[in-house]
Amino acid sequence: MSKLGSLGARLHRGEVGYDFVGNRKIWYGVSILITITAILGLTVRGLNMGIEFQGGAVFTTPKNTNVSVTQAETYAQDASGHPAVVQKLGDGTLRIQIAGIDTNKSDQIKDALAKDLNVGTEKIAADLVGPSWGQQIADKAWQGLAIFMVLVVIYLAIAFEWRMALAALVALIHDITITTGIYALVGFEVTPGTVIGLLTILGYSLYDTVVVFDSLKEQTKDITKQTRWTYSDVANRSINGTLMRSINTTAVALLPVAALLFIGGGFLGAGTLNDISLSLFVGLAAGAYSSIFIATPLVADLKEREPQMKALRKRVLAKRAQAAAEGPQARPETADTYGDEPEDAAPAVVGPRNQPASRNRGRGRPSGKRR
Amino acid sequence: MAAPKKGRSASAQSKPGRSLALILIAIVALTGGMFASGHTTPRLGIDLAGGTSITLRAVPEKGQESAINKANMDTAVDIMNRRVNGLGVSEAEVQTQGDRNIIVNIPKGTNSKEARQQVGTTAKLYFRPVLATEISGGSATTSPTPSASGKPTDKASQKATGKSSSSATPSATATSQGRAVTDALKADSTPSATASSSAKASSSPSPSASGSSAASAAAAKLQAQYTALDCTKKSVRATAGQGVKATDPTVACGKNGAGQWQKYVLGPAAVDGTDVKKASAVFNTQSAAGWTVTMEFTSKGAKKFGDITGQLAKNQSPQNQFAIVLDGNVVSDPRVSEALTGGNAEITGSFTQEEAQSLANMLSYGALPLTFKEDSVTTVTAALGGEQLHAGLLAGAIGLALVVIYLLVFYRGLSVIAIPSLMVSAILTYVIMALLGPTIGFALNLPAVCGAIVAIGITADSFIVFFERIRDEIREGRSLRPAVERAWPRARRTILVSDFVSFLAAAVLFIVTVGKVQGFAFTLGLTTVLDVVVVFLFTKPLMTLLARRKFFANGHKWSGLDPKALGAKPPLRSTRRTRPAGPVDPKEA
Repeated sequence: MSKLGSLGARLHRGEVGYDFVGNRKIWYGVSILITITAILGLTVRGLNMGIEFQGGAVFTTPKNTNVSVTQAETYAQDASGHPAVVQKLGDGTLRIQIAGIDTNKSDQIKDALAKDLNVGTEKIAADLVGPSWGQQIADKAWQGLAIFMVLVVIYLAIAFEWRMALAALVALIHDITITTGIYALVGFEVTPGTVIGLLTILGYSLYDTVVVFDSLKEQTKDITKQTRWTYSDVANRSINGTLMRSINTTAVALLPVAALLFIGGGFLGAGTLNDISLSLFVGLAAGAYSSIFIATPLVADLKEREPQMKALRKRVLAKRAQAAAEGPQARPETADTYGDEPEDAAPAVVGPRNQPASRNRGRGRPSGKRR
Repeated sequence: MAAPKKGRSASAQSKPGRSLALILIAIVALTGGMFASGHTTPRLGIDLAGGTSITLRAVPEKGQESAINKANMDTAVDIMNRRVNGLGVSEAEVQTQGDRNIIVNIPKGTNSKEARQQVGTTAKLYFRPVLATEISGGSATTSPTPSASGKPTDKASQKATGKSSSSATPSATATSQGRAVTDALKADSTPSATASSSAKASSSPSPSASGSSAASAAAAKLQAQYTALDCTKKSVRATAGQGVKATDPTVACGKNGAGQWQKYVLGPAAVDGTDVKKASAVFNTQSAAGWTVTMEFTSKGAKKFGDITGQLAKNQSPQNQFAIVLDGNVVSDPRVSEALTGGNAEITGSFTQEEAQSLANMLSYGALPLTFKEDSVTTVTAALGGEQLHAGLLAGAIGLALVVIYLLVFYRGLSVIAIPSLMVSAILTYVIMALLGPTIGFALNLPAVCGAIVAIGITADSFIVFFERIRDEIREGRSLRPAVERAWPRARRTILVSDFVSFLAAAVLFIVTVGKVQGFAFTLGLTTVLDVVVVFLFTKPLMTLLARRKFFANGHKWSGLDPKALGAKPPLRSTRRTRPAGPVDPKEA
């Protein structure tokens, strides 16, 4: 902890930090690139929709079924007259997917399969879906998504302000696009479970964003009463200040999901657990990224357009220019990541102790005078 | 959210013991309630316990899109419930989901094939003239008199009194069986009906029976069916009159107003359920008839209904009654006193509001311009369900263990607060889930398990927000106790805002979506609410209490709050800056 603890301290004091806002263009670029890739993937490759979206049946045989995959495929095709996809899972369970069959015929097929595979009918689990079922779930999901977005934008606009609401929305759309894009590119199967996972990202992605915004709101309360920091500076500080929390939260959120993924993928091979946790995993990672690299810089961008903030920026820059003219040497050499660090912030920002800082200043001044 | 910025929550600060006591009492009470209720485990959903789950989707008829509304869906659920549970599946549950779906859950061990058929087929509602009726006795063999020539009069009178005393259905029963049935059949005018029922039906011995031998054979068969029919047996009721065409006479069962089972011989269907345009329960104030059911027929239906009532009105009891038959069961058998030709009719009787509503519902169902389509049928074997449950629990345990390890590594001594908080959350979630099973029918399914596991992260995050705030305050050079009290209002606001967003997502999902998503959303919402409760009533008070301990207050190396390890500034007396983030400090300006 000590390493991370002191990293936290340094982040807290702004000794170290990454200029998220200053470098926002890079990250916007990265995100736009990823988003374009995702959209390309979606349009070109398309999503690999699971059987739930085409209609059909999935039969699951009991453990240790002693039939080979190809044999089972033949059986299934004979029984249904449709091509079948058979997977053998870790514990010997066979997962037989047959697309395009009518739910009415499923019982016959199940009986035939049971006979061929030599297991009892009652031991075969069946999941039959009409062709519109998955679509219906997806439609509902989109509807839920739309309603949620409207509500959350209203809420954030009231609790914070509309700029933050807008930025949060952009971040949210960004996360969802990336997640679906990854699904398209990798070719993971999309099932109703995936949709559930995707929907959960909503809450989580915003949850993260909201925490950063909350700190931002607190720190910018009296921003116009001073002339040392622009809005972007403060925004950057907010991100850095909550970075430890963001890292910890993301880790803590990903750990159980990773456990789910491991168990769902490793033990069950396929199914709801796996589907939910996979999309959650991708989405959570995207969410953590976007709340830091996209949402907050975007707020800063929007905020800087405000006349008040423009005026503030002017005042701050003027003061900095003046200070720079007065004592260029005073600019601390050590200074770190803040390109536009004003020197009289040095004691607070650079030095953990007051003394070295004042020494630093003392050293700086004479030199200035001497010159 | 609207939390006061600097408000130090006085109660939490000064009386941490009280909050702790409160939540402990709540836990004990809930756990006690759980054991008292006898449901010590959450009810498991079909995918974990095994069974069949059928999702049906309402499809409106063309141009009738508005037919998908709550009233119609509730009616449909009512009917399906009757059907499925009529199979002897007492555990089956039927419920609406979203605006157009109906979920039928049939636990393992029941004949899911038959249940599927029952649910999948559309309900059949007919108006059939009553040819004969009598109370079905306790045992099939003794009560019905085999001969067509009528039944013991004492029985009839019993029935009559029973009826008149309590119920709407005015049928004065069957006195002159054999002849009556025959006459009724003869009298029947609908052409299709005559064909089959010239049968002269029933009562072979009746003198008027003069039909062809084939017809009389059919009649004899009907009579035999009627005789053998024992309506007190559920299985018999479910199959009575099954497979009979609407144009054929049939036998059926129904409950009379006194709650007794009564059996009927019914003529061919005179009016179809689809001929009913609308039915509603109305409280009739004018004639002081109490609750009544009004029916409105389509123009076609009005004519048919006018014809049949015209004929029935001429008959004697019980042949002046018609039976409203739903899925082979008589749900009402009103008497007709005159031809009702206006296209409107009213069924009166001493209905309770509930009875009237239920009857109106059933009548409306036939008129529902909806068909139900099977959208998904999931059959999970008990073995697979058990496996999935096992996997879910295992994943939860591993996830929880990983989080605990993470907290131990990064927060050291603070885990003394974090881990019990997680445990309290977990206990509350479990107990509430167990209690919600019997109360609101909550069933734990696989997505719900997923939701609970994901919620571990959300819950732990609240502690992290709080701990990081405290650490920030310590880095400012504060000692622990003031640091905790300063950190709390801020952390509290952050926790409330972010939990609200999370809860909003869960609520929207729960309301809008269908299927498995709902179970997931429910757990997520529940755990989010519990998270707030636990943080406010447990984590914060415990932190306040422990902050008084030397181990934490002095920032022991292993406490997770060691100022040195955290890189705190030494306490500054006269510093101009209380916080390095200059902007909030106006003095900087």
